[in-house]
Amino acid sequence: MGEIDIAWCPGCGNFAILNALKQALSELEIKPERLVVISGIGQAAKAPHYYKCNLFNGLHGRSLPVATAIKASNPELVVVDESGDGCMYGEGGNHFIHAIRRNPDITNIVHNNMVYGLTKGQASPTSLQGFKTLVQREGVFHEAFNPLLIAISLGASFVARAFAGDASQTKDIIKKAISHKGYALVDILQPCVTYNKLNTYQWFKAKTYYLDSSYNPHDRFEALRRASEIEKLPLGIFYLNPRPTFEEKLSVYQERKDPLYKRSPNLTRLTEWIDSKRGI
Amino acid sequence: MHDKSLSRFKEDVSIVLCGAAGQGIQTVEHILTQTLKLSGYHVFSTEEYMSRIRGGSNSTLIRVSSKRISAPVDRIDLLIPFSPRAVRHVQKRTSARTILLGEKKIYEKEYQGKNAIDIRFSEIASEAGGPIYTNTVAVALLAGLLRVEREVLNQYLRHHFSGKDENTILKNLEAARRGYEVSDELIRSGRLEIDLVKNDAIKDEILIDGVEALAMGAIAGGCNFLSFYPMSPSTAVAVLLAEHSKEFGIVVEQAEDEISAMNMGIGAWYAGARGLASTSGGGFALMVEGLSLAGMIESPMVVHIGQRPGPATGLPTRTEQGDLLFALYAGHGEFPRIILAPGTIEDCFYLAQNAFNLADKYQVPVFILTDQYLLESHYNIPSLDPTQVPIQKHFVETKQGYRRYELTEAGLSPRGIPGFGEGLVVLDSDEHDEEGHITEDLDLRTKMVNKRFKKLDLLKRDVIPPALVGPKHYETLIVGWGSTYHAIKEALGRLGTKDVAFLHFKQVYPLHPEAIVYFKKAKKTVIVENNGTGQFGQLIRMQTGFDMDRKILKYNGLPFSVEELQEQLKSVLD
Repeated sequence: MGEIDIAWCPGCGNFAILNALKQALSELEIKPERLVVISGIGQAAKAPHYYKCNLFNGLHGRSLPVATAIKASNPELVVVDESGDGCMYGEGGNHFIHAIRRNPDITNIVHNNMVYGLTKGQASPTSLQGFKTLVQREGVFHEAFNPLLIAISLGASFVARAFAGDASQTKDIIKKAISHKGYALVDILQPCVTYNKLNTYQWFKAKTYYLDSSYNPHDRFEALRRASEIEKLPLGIFYLNPRPTFEEKLSVYQERKDPLYKRSPNLTRLTEWIDSKRGI
Repeated sequence: MHDKSLSRFKEDVSIVLCGAAGQGIQTVEHILTQTLKLSGYHVFSTEEYMSRIRGGSNSTLIRVSSKRISAPVDRIDLLIPFSPRAVRHVQKRTSARTILLGEKKIYEKEYQGKNAIDIRFSEIASEAGGPIYTNTVAVALLAGLLRVEREVLNQYLRHHFSGKDENTILKNLEAARRGYEVSDELIRSGRLEIDLVKNDAIKDEILIDGVEALAMGAIAGGCNFLSFYPMSPSTAVAVLLAEHSKEFGIVVEQAEDEISAMNMGIGAWYAGARGLASTSGGGFALMVEGLSLAGMIESPMVVHIGQRPGPATGLPTRTEQGDLLFALYAGHGEFPRIILAPGTIEDCFYLAQNAFNLADKYQVPVFILTDQYLLESHYNIPSLDPTQVPIQKHFVETKQGYRRYELTEAGLSPRGIPGFGEGLVVLDSDEHDEEGHITEDLDLRTKMVNKRFKKLDLLKRDVIPPALVGPKHYETLIVGWGSTYHAIKEALGRLGTKDVAFLHFKQVYPLHPEAIVYFKKAKKTVIVENNGTGQFGQLIRMQTGFDMDRKILKYNGLPFSVEELQEQLKSVLD
């Protein structure tokens, strides 16, 4: 990679997430050639341009279908989908729901700063009620989108929340998410120093706490209860629900494991099928 | 009520089965066309039906002929009604020559024609084992009238019902025996005589529809990833590929919407698979954003649009060639594309097969534009050869320092895929540099636009030329594209004109450079299209500046029949 001109504001929470992710990938010894990162559009979606990887920086909100298909076409790749709250929960909301149901073995990292950065300060699906913007002039009155609650209720196989202000724990959570087999959501709280004057570093520090060692992430109802807390936001791994992945269920990988690009159609069998149309 | 005089049919018989959805007309069509073909006749069948699961009035046309026929006619020689409403539904297509074969209680209040023969279908079926065998009685009656050997039908019935218990098979055979008895009586009475010439060579031909040919072609082209959202009439392609997904190694995923389906297809191509998205106009509307992505990142993609009349939900189960200009213009921004439009069952196969190579070779989206009529028409063809178009994979093994969008002399940048080689494959939906990273270098922007458009010139080398049917020296040129091929050809054949030729396009974009030469040679040009505005005529004018003299358009949701084309062509030729 040549000289990198990073497009983020000084002090942006994206830097901390970028560092935590790079650290996690390095500690997991994932080679860039084997890593594919898919992102959408927004300030967070630019992140994969700043580290070595195969990169599919696609459309706003559409990264999850792309990531799902890449993993299904070549399960040997390590697939990470990285984008922001607007991209994943707003424009891509429907894909978010169905990616969880499919359970591809991908890691979904969501930079959640509760505001739109690249389009300059409008409310995001995760903006809290009362948050004022140039558009939401009287303050947001929609109920905030709770990605964890939705993911857990859909039986996501791995659901976690991290805070960009804690580099070490965020890195550890990302490592576990990437190592987890199946769809893994890591919603990472981060401040936007330019457009979100409500949810600042100080606000997050005061409003978050870590799930402690007694917490059982296999208890779905407890996970739902903790994910519903809004006075103080828990951090850590909320829910683990190991189940077969999308790729594992696909018939194309039942008898052979090689990626689709190495395969050719069985023309002999096709000729037999065509011949069957001659009648009896 | 009955005209006792002899009705004789030679060369070509048109049978129409009509009834409500759920009455098993498709089963009759299937068994009858198969046995007719196995007996040595050319057959063609097509359906028109309402957008509902039960009830309504649907009809199926079966043409049986000594000559190869592959187009619909309005004429009805034999009418087999299964419900009174269905009689009303097809009434205006009947004539003094039409013979109705049916139960009196079904037709007596509705049928205005004079030739009706009361056949006690349900009674005969009940004698054979139950009313459920009515369809088999009808099949056997028609097979008998058409002089299909009993053993051919019996064998096919055994084959068709091979998954059922022996009792069911025996009752079907009994129903067939009784159906044959009725046909024998009719032939003996001298009221009906069908005398078509059989040809042994036909027995070994294949009988398929557009859906099957398209799905087989996609497999032959190496398609191993299909993402779709159900929408008539394209769903059948996905259902068939799903049915065969295991044996041919195809990932088939029903996406949450067409937006996802399109992005999945592009993701599959990125990882080295060969993706197909199959949809209809309304679904394609949702894919347009993704299409533009494919244009920007220079991704191969194959999109099948089974056209039906719009706007919006339109007529879900009917046909139209209404989405040509939509496919041509779809997507924000400017980028090259290829649009193919099969005219025959063979085209469905070979164009689908070739679409994957073309998409891969030129790193562009390729459209296959079919329609409800073509997808759901069956006829016999000699064969299909999967080895005719060898699979050419165009991705490369990458080296360190690989740059996905390297500016090359030739115009195409070698396409790498992640995990194959030492390089990194970087794509961006933003304008990008040679590595694939986001850029706002505006000089580079110009270079990248030029690079993408250079492909339009390159892919012109592979444009399929239009096919000229008729004399090389013509005064009038009829122009058509896609599914109207056979109807126009047969109508012109019937007119028997010496100075009229027909030019058919199975690739509609980019246009073949010779197209203009054909147009200019004619004193008069007539374009025939199954849409309301003459979209291909507009495309031709835009691309070549040539204006067609006359238009023959149809947009009521049905395909052109041979007779109406014959009539309309006659009036423009005079």
